[in-house]
Amino acid sequence: MTKKTICLSLGALAGALAVAQFALAEPTVEELRTVLHRDFHPKGQATMDRVDQDAVQRLCTDTHDKPPVELEKALEADQLKTVVLPADGNLMGDWKRGEKIAGSGAGMTWKDKPDAANGGSCYNCHQLSPAQPSFGTIGPSLAHFAKKRGSGPEAQKYVYSKIYNAKAFNLCSQMPRMGYSGTLTEQQMKDLTAYVLDPASPVNH
Amino acid sequence: MRALRGSALLAAAALATAAAPVTAQDTKQEIQKYQRMTAESSPVELWELQGADLWKRKSGPKNASLERCDLGMGPGVVKGAYARLPRYFRDTGRVQDLESRLVTCMTTLQGLTEQEATKRVFGNADNPSDMEYLAAYVAGQSRGVKMQVSTKLPQEQATYDLGKKLFFYRAGSWDFSCASCHGTEGKRIRMQDLPVLSEPQGARGTYTTWPGYRVSVAQLKTMQWRINDCFRQQRFPEPAYGSEATVALTMFMAVNANGATYNGPGTKR
Repeated sequence: MTKKTICLSLGALAGALAVAQFALAEPTVEELRTVLHRDFHPKGQATMDRVDQDAVQRLCTDTHDKPPVELEKALEADQLKTVVLPADGNLMGDWKRGEKIAGSGAGMTWKDKPDAANGGSCYNCHQLSPAQPSFGTIGPSLAHFAKKRGSGPEAQKYVYSKIYNAKAFNLCSQMPRMGYSGTLTEQQMKDLTAYVLDPASPVNH
Repeated sequence: MRALRGSALLAAAALATAAAPVTAQDTKQEIQKYQRMTAESSPVELWELQGADLWKRKSGPKNASLERCDLGMGPGVVKGAYARLPRYFRDTGRVQDLESRLVTCMTTLQGLTEQEATKRVFGNADNPSDMEYLAAYVAGQSRGVKMQVSTKLPQEQATYDLGKKLFFYRAGSWDFSCASCHGTEGKRIRMQDLPVLSEPQGARGTYTTWPGYRVSVAQLKTMQWRINDCFRQQRFPEPAYGSEATVALTMFMAVNANGATYNGPGTKR
């Protein structure tokens, strides 16, 4: 998340903004960037580079999450290259630990301590265990995922990679890139993969 | 106040017991029942009364009250003012929401510095902030008034446009925009329904009930707080209180809510 976008001189931007205030045209991305850097300040671990967009965020913003297919495929391929699979080749961790990670929404905000363990916020958006009634619906239900998709090596690689970088599979997905953004550790992503795929996990009961 | 907070806690406990072994649908019904119960015993009026006192109280280096504060309808006119905010103010040359305008009045009328006026804007359960009391009072004076926020002046239109652009701007560690949560109909986080604030239907129901008394924390929360905490959860840095970015987002939602009857301060989960 340290990509630098186009750099223009601040003076030129301020001038452009002053004109734009009295024009009826919508503000440009550069004008918006000026406003964000002026009106926001760093707090805790939330540093100012976070208001700058990388290529994925910018394309999805500009196209209201409906990018042209060719660009979408190209950027998805780029995103897939960022996925680092565990060196030991073992993608299945402990589903019990995974359940705790799935239920925690902590992490990456200015209130969260940078060295504290982050959660995956999974239940905020997904149904997982059918026994847990408090789940969000921004993402699809993952209940009985292994029954539908299997739990072999291919399914494991897909689930781990999807958690690591959701944008590799659906460029403008609302799902955070949990590995790429440094939110979750390799072990946490293994534990979540097990929570989704392990036949003993409540997700598959 | 203590008794009211106690009854809210009891209601929460009753909900937790009732909701334990049931389905999502049942839980949702319980939550709706709980919301009705809490609305009926809401202490919002106490905030409004306290705010009315503060409005009239002489304070600051100039030992003056806020009674001559111009919220857009002339000095001292409070009735209906909130339903027309944000709006452009000639004296400051800015589009201002209620809270940034109150800061202006505290500096011009009472002689506080801006730093002093914004030193403690977000209070807590034991000690709410003056701003929270004042926001409750002023907003309450628009109860029953139709939302009528203007975009006639170019500055107002530009503020709306900026707010719209910010609403859909994806960035931060988790790639979120406001629309990530508030952009698609019928979604929720956990059990919390998410209004689509870029559309009239969602904006009307939500904007007209803010500021809001939040039962779970026994506090009255303002719109500036609401936006601040959304950005926290978007994993963004912090927006400055009353900044153009926050006023622009407020403008975007307020204009989208135009035509609805203001019905706040409301009561939230």
